[in-house]
Amino acid sequence: MTAAVELIGAHKSYGAVQALRGVDLAIQPGEVVAMLGPNGAGKTTSINLMLGLRKPTSGQARLFGIDPGDRRARSRCGVMLQESGVPSSLTVREVIDLFRSYYPHPAPTAKAIEMAGLQEQARTQTGKLSGGQRQRLYYALAVCGDPELLFLDEPTVGMDVESRRGFLASIKDFAAAGKTIVLTTHYLEEADELAQRVVVIDRGLVVADASPREIKSRVAGKRVSFTTDQPLPPDALAGLPHSGLEIEGLRVRLLSNEPEAVLVALFRRGVGLQDLEVVGADLEEAFVTLTSRSAVAEEVGS
Amino acid sequence: MSVAVAPVLPMLFAQTRAQLLNYVRIPAFSLTSLALPLVFYTFFGLPNAGKHFPDGTSVGLYLMCSFGAYAVSSVMVFSFGIGVANARGLKLDLLQRATPLPAPVAILANVIMAVIFALVALVVLIFYVVVVGGVHFPVEIGLEIVGLLLIGALPLIGMGMAIGYTSGPNAAPAVANLIYLPMAFASGMFVPVGDLPDFIQKVAKYLPTYHYAQLAYTPVHHADEPLRWALLWSAVWAVILFAAAIRAYRRDALRKFS
Repeated sequence: MTAAVELIGAHKSYGAVQALRGVDLAIQPGEVVAMLGPNGAGKTTSINLMLGLRKPTSGQARLFGIDPGDRRARSRCGVMLQESGVPSSLTVREVIDLFRSYYPHPAPTAKAIEMAGLQEQARTQTGKLSGGQRQRLYYALAVCGDPELLFLDEPTVGMDVESRRGFLASIKDFAAAGKTIVLTTHYLEEADELAQRVVVIDRGLVVADASPREIKSRVAGKRVSFTTDQPLPPDALAGLPHSGLEIEGLRVRLLSNEPEAVLVALFRRGVGLQDLEVVGADLEEAFVTLTSRSAVAEEVGS
Repeated sequence: MSVAVAPVLPMLFAQTRAQLLNYVRIPAFSLTSLALPLVFYTFFGLPNAGKHFPDGTSVGLYLMCSFGAYAVSSVMVFSFGIGVANARGLKLDLLQRATPLPAPVAILANVIMAVIFALVALVVLIFYVVVVGGVHFPVEIGLEIVGLLLIGALPLIGMGMAIGYTSGPNAAPAVANLIYLPMAFASGMFVPVGDLPDFIQKVAKYLPTYHYAQLAYTPVHHADEPLRWALLWSAVWAVILFAAAIRAYRRDALRKFS
């Protein structure tokens, strides 16, 4: 079976900046893949190469086995980009009708409007939409061609909680119809909710490629911080599951996906704790585990 | 799957329709394109509409050619200059590039939209000159003027595109006005070239807008140069201005899409 999307040894440099440093990735038809990574990791660059919006400096990108710039490949894809625009004086319905004309087997206009939840804004000029509505319009434009493959580059940016929930449900419906979806996100839970496969990118390299469950078990889920009554002995944390340790005087911060085990061990070792805080790590923090591993791998490799 | 790509003609139709709707709804463009030639004709043309040159040609008809040239050239320079700059400012080009819409279809739709606008502006002007100005002339002369003005507009499309791909959306109206308006003035679209200062007359002979206006004067036998020269000059300017437009387009595309 031909992969829907393929990057083969893809490198991309912008001047001196290496955005991608050799990415190999094949996405099969019907897969829902989330590309996860901190800002500047190379997610958008990967999507741009897959779509043929940019050309790899070396290596290859294939869309349905052909050049991504080819109209036959493009006609099977819908796209939501981070940066895009539509004529501001056209209405939602008019823009959707326009984009439908680009595709050989478009979905009905009403269906695209409904999938994006824009029924009430159908006659609104696009220049008057709110940020979240605009984002949903771009989703309608991405699905109006009834594509087999959907690219969503940070689709929920700018959406409030309510519209985000409805939007994710719509994407799930789309995926349930057997479509292929490639999305980028900052949010681990979003990837977890939508995708069967998570590709973690950091500094232009794929550092993990596995199911959301596996990824979650590999990244540090909690940030633990506390103050000790005396400086922490150097071996106090030896053998405990943690990473990203920072000590500032008596204040200690660390990341762990087993905070309970860490705390139990600290109590047993007789470390006195105050001002204890255990909170969910944000993505940037969570990735310290994966990315420090990749940095180590690189040093070993070189 | 039966068909791999969408048919081009319906796509062109939809794209042209969308462009037209978008421009009609921007009064800064649609209203000024249609109304300004009438306003100028009212100031410069109507007081002289009933007069005749020694050779018998109606001054009102001659001035209709001048403001017809102004009407079409301003539609071309502004719709492409400001239109392309705005589209780039709104990042329309980024999304469009990711769709299966072929770039030539998008450009052709722009051209058709501009030609339709120019045609409407010309028809409105001619109607005004005939009805309000009381100027009468054979239909063939009118058709000849319209035809030459549309064919000769090619270099002005190139000029508009070159401005649109080099200027940002905020700068484009100023750049287009600063480049185009003095050119239109020096080319005799408002005041006959013969009445302008000497040095401007000398410069004018090299301007694309000058030869464009000469095309319009040919059917009323008031051109300073033979039709073939006006056409040749226009062709040369078309090559130069399109080369500049393509260069600007490539530079823009290289930055965004390479």
